[in-house]
Amino acid sequence: MPKACNLKRIVINKMANSILEVNNITRSYKSGNRELTVLQDISFSVEEGSIVSIVGPSGSGKTTLLGLCAGLDRSTSGSVILNGIQLDHLGEDERARIRNRYLGFIFQNFQLMPTLTALENVMVPLELRNEKNIRDRAMTLLEKVGLSERIHHYPVQLSGGEQQRVSIARAFSTHPKILFADEPTGNLDDETSDRIVQLLFDLNKEAGTTLIIVTHNPELAESTHRIIKLKGGHIISDEPTRNAVLSA
Amino acid sequence: MDHLSSPEHKQINFSWLLTMAWRDSRRNRGRLLLFISSIIIGIAALVAIFSLENNVRKDIDNQAKSLAGADLIMDNNRAPDEAVGKLIDSLGEERSAQCSFASMVYFKKSGGTRLVEVLALEGDYPYYGSLETIPAAAGRDFRGRQEALVDKTLMLQYNAQPGDTIQVGELDFRIAGTLTQAPGRTGVSTTIAAPVYIPFRYLEQTGLLQKGSRFRYTYYFKYGSDVQMNKQLEAVKDTLERSGWDYETAEFRKQQTSRQFDDLSKFLTLVGFIALLLGCIGIASSINIYVREKIHGIAVLRCLGASGLQTFLIYLIQIVVIGLVGAIAGAALGTLAQQLLPVVLKDLLPVHITTAVSWSAVFKGLGLGVIVSLLFGLLPLLSVRNISPLYTLRISLEPHPSWKDPAQILLFGIILLFVCLFARLQMESWMQAAVFTTGILVAFIILAMAALLLRWAVKKFFPSALSYVWRQGFANLYRPNNQTILLIVTIGLGTLFIGTLYFVQGTLMNRVSLSGSGNQSNMVLFDIQTSQKQAVAELAQKFQLPLQQQVPIVTMRIEEIKGRTAEEARKDSTLRTPRRAYEGEIRVTYRDTLTDSEKLTAGKMDGSGHQQGQPVYISLEKGWAEYIRVGVGDSILFNVQGTLMSTVVGSLRDVDWQRVQTNFRVVFPTGVLENAPQFYVLVTRVPSGEVSAAFQQSVVQKFPNISIIDLGLILRVLDEVLEKIGFVIRFMAGFSIATGLIVLIASVFVSKYQRMQESILLRTLGASRRQIFLIITLEYFFLGALAAATGILLSLAGSWALAHFSFDAPFQPSWPPVVILFFAITFLTVIIGLFNSRGVVNTPPLEILRKEV
Repeated sequence: MPKACNLKRIVINKMANSILEVNNITRSYKSGNRELTVLQDISFSVEEGSIVSIVGPSGSGKTTLLGLCAGLDRSTSGSVILNGIQLDHLGEDERARIRNRYLGFIFQNFQLMPTLTALENVMVPLELRNEKNIRDRAMTLLEKVGLSERIHHYPVQLSGGEQQRVSIARAFSTHPKILFADEPTGNLDDETSDRIVQLLFDLNKEAGTTLIIVTHNPELAESTHRIIKLKGGHIISDEPTRNAVLSA
Repeated sequence: MDHLSSPEHKQINFSWLLTMAWRDSRRNRGRLLLFISSIIIGIAALVAIFSLENNVRKDIDNQAKSLAGADLIMDNNRAPDEAVGKLIDSLGEERSAQCSFASMVYFKKSGGTRLVEVLALEGDYPYYGSLETIPAAAGRDFRGRQEALVDKTLMLQYNAQPGDTIQVGELDFRIAGTLTQAPGRTGVSTTIAAPVYIPFRYLEQTGLLQKGSRFRYTYYFKYGSDVQMNKQLEAVKDTLERSGWDYETAEFRKQQTSRQFDDLSKFLTLVGFIALLLGCIGIASSINIYVREKIHGIAVLRCLGASGLQTFLIYLIQIVVIGLVGAIAGAALGTLAQQLLPVVLKDLLPVHITTAVSWSAVFKGLGLGVIVSLLFGLLPLLSVRNISPLYTLRISLEPHPSWKDPAQILLFGIILLFVCLFARLQMESWMQAAVFTTGILVAFIILAMAALLLRWAVKKFFPSALSYVWRQGFANLYRPNNQTILLIVTIGLGTLFIGTLYFVQGTLMNRVSLSGSGNQSNMVLFDIQTSQKQAVAELAQKFQLPLQQQVPIVTMRIEEIKGRTAEEARKDSTLRTPRRAYEGEIRVTYRDTLTDSEKLTAGKMDGSGHQQGQPVYISLEKGWAEYIRVGVGDSILFNVQGTLMSTVVGSLRDVDWQRVQTNFRVVFPTGVLENAPQFYVLVTRVPSGEVSAAFQQSVVQKFPNISIIDLGLILRVLDEVLEKIGFVIRFMAGFSIATGLIVLIASVFVSKYQRMQESILLRTLGASRRQIFLIITLEYFFLGALAAATGILLSLAGSWALAHFSFDAPFQPSWPPVVILFFAITFLTVIIGLFNSRGVVNTPPLEILRKEV
């Protein structure tokens, strides 16, 4: 069990109520002979159960930051501590296990597996955990997102909004501690976007999940508790929204 | 944290992997099957050959005694002396005698003459199997009458029917029947020496038993049991060996046939294996494209928490299963194809081939199919382990160069080792296996280099001035997802096979044709008795034929080499004189000068003949002198038909054996053999087929003992033999070509998906069907043309090497068929390319777009 021991060793006592801590992270890429710094010296923390939006113009580093926070990538320097576990020293497979155990994802282009039905797409994260009664749980979730009639349809047979609802059901299937959403309404029309956001927030409230959303949509950002603004790889503001004040 | 370290999270849930592999393949199964179809033909070829191997082995076992026709066979080219005669009479429960020799026969009805192998048979041979004839009774009944059995090819050639008359020597025989099969004979062997059986008791009356003719005496024995035979054989073995008689048992004949068949089946297996390797390139390329299409799905799985190993295994399972499906289809096809092989190989094998399903061959094929699918599918699949979940976030990553992955390098090593191991199983040494593997590798590399060179050249010297259609056609050769390397390697290798086969056949035919061109001799008359010498010369002059050579021949045996008898040489292993040096008769001539096909390499040839009181200085052919391990100054004692003659090696000669003329291993000086029993050989040149036929007819009628070899016959026989062997090779090369075509179809099919979006875009932007049709035509034309040209060039190089080093013949390929081959391959490539792309050209863009979403 060497990997499990390693994981235990790098668990750090998390700050009270903090589910995610980002400390001075920098991410650079090599592009030919040049080194391109996408994020520089970023620090913030996120409280458990809160809803945070990350906004900024294209190329500001939002998606890169999301990837680092979710353990999809490793920073060049600095550290990311998720649910008390420092991700920076973990291998890809260890981070995959952490993603499966604690995280949920919603993507702009849905990222459903095209060869799996809606039901199977929702079941996959649970199957990876070897859990029981997963079919019933996945069906319940699909019912919640209003797709009980379309569980055996393949993604190609669903509309964009329906695909995103499957994606939301999949994200909540494992009761994640944090849910990362990358432009969840980016590919949807306004009406569908509103319904999806509503669904997302309802389920989030019900499950008490922490939600981190990367978005271009100011309305969506305004409806979260806190907005982190990025520009040129730096945080230019990190403020609570009016919504946060109201919910407090 | 406890959840992370819990064992159920870390263990690999195999049933889930199977489920995921099944789910993931859902919408791609048809395409996966197409990928794997690349190996179906290769597996089919191997299963067919493995099945044939097992069946023929069984057939040889079952028909062992029919191969020999008897339990024991003895033969020699001298009639048995008194002692051996007594010994023969004491052997076996039943016995048969046979005297065989080359002679001219004359078909009275058609007036045709031909040199054949006459077999004068006495007794009930064959004791096992039969002389198969039409009508069936002829094989038994001809023995009691003045009748002959004539080989079916001769019957066909001279349009003869049972009941016709054939003249053998001075005697006429009624043709009792057509001989279709005799024990141990193959189609090829009867083509080289067409047999005519006559009853032994008429041999004397044919007048062919004259001194100087070359006869082979064979005795066949039947025993009640092998134990009895072995006991008798043990008792007489030494006597037989001492008197120069060869013997073989049915078991030995069986082993010999098995060995010959082993060589054939190993060759066929290698050809089949090459077809399989071609298919493997198809697999590697197809899986590569498949994996590329799956990158996003894999990234999502990684994002949801699947490990690198889990995702890798999902696709590995797909490859193994689909490889198994391909192998099953291949094994089924191979079992069917096996039914054809007896037809293909009937002229090369002396046994009746059965075609039962061979389960061991089927399982070998299945195993091989799965192994090659795995090995070659793994090459692109290994990259799955490194696919990052970041792909889900649209972050593009620089691809990892595969040659830096140690697993990839290890896999390349394993593949090479596998090819080498497989080759080793079919070859006699590791060196041969290494040469084979290297040869294949070099051909692959050269073809791949040609493809890379094409891509580079098109990119570097891009013809920007040409119209859009041309530019697009050129650009397709190097743009992402191009099929340039794959298609050039597979089509090129197929062309290499066909080309080499064709050129080698041409070289062999040329060698014979060339030797008869110009003023060189093209007819040899042999077995001319001293008394006939003058009359034959006059007859030739009557036909206005030049007497290019009239050479005396004396037959003799070697008694001692360097003062050692055969017995002494056998006991003294340090001498290393081969046993065969003392065996058999040597045909010798006498003269004091060199002919124009000879060159002196050592010693000297005294032009004045033998001087009384001096040793007899003989001249030996250099290669033969090396074989019997003698040099200038060594002594050889000959037995010239009862008279012992001591000689000394005076010189060594290089002899050009390819010329149609008399060449000799041993040349005596004049003044020694003039009074020995001898016969003559006359070498001439006939100007045309008509003169040749008329002259031969005249010779056979006046001098029936004289045999004639004319170049026309040699060419005809060679052509027939090459045609029979060539058919087998072409049949096997057909598997490679078929695989090449399937890989081509699969590759074009795969590239169709790659090009679909682009073609749709082009159609949407207003490109006409004709323009898209032209772009596709140009792309496949360049691919087909380069593959065909490279394959032909490689085959030219290979054939030149074979001609130069193996056949020692000039290499003069005939160019028109080369041009035809080039255009045929190119045309086929274009046609298949267009046929597969017809969907893109003919279907409305929106319809394709919907299907592809």
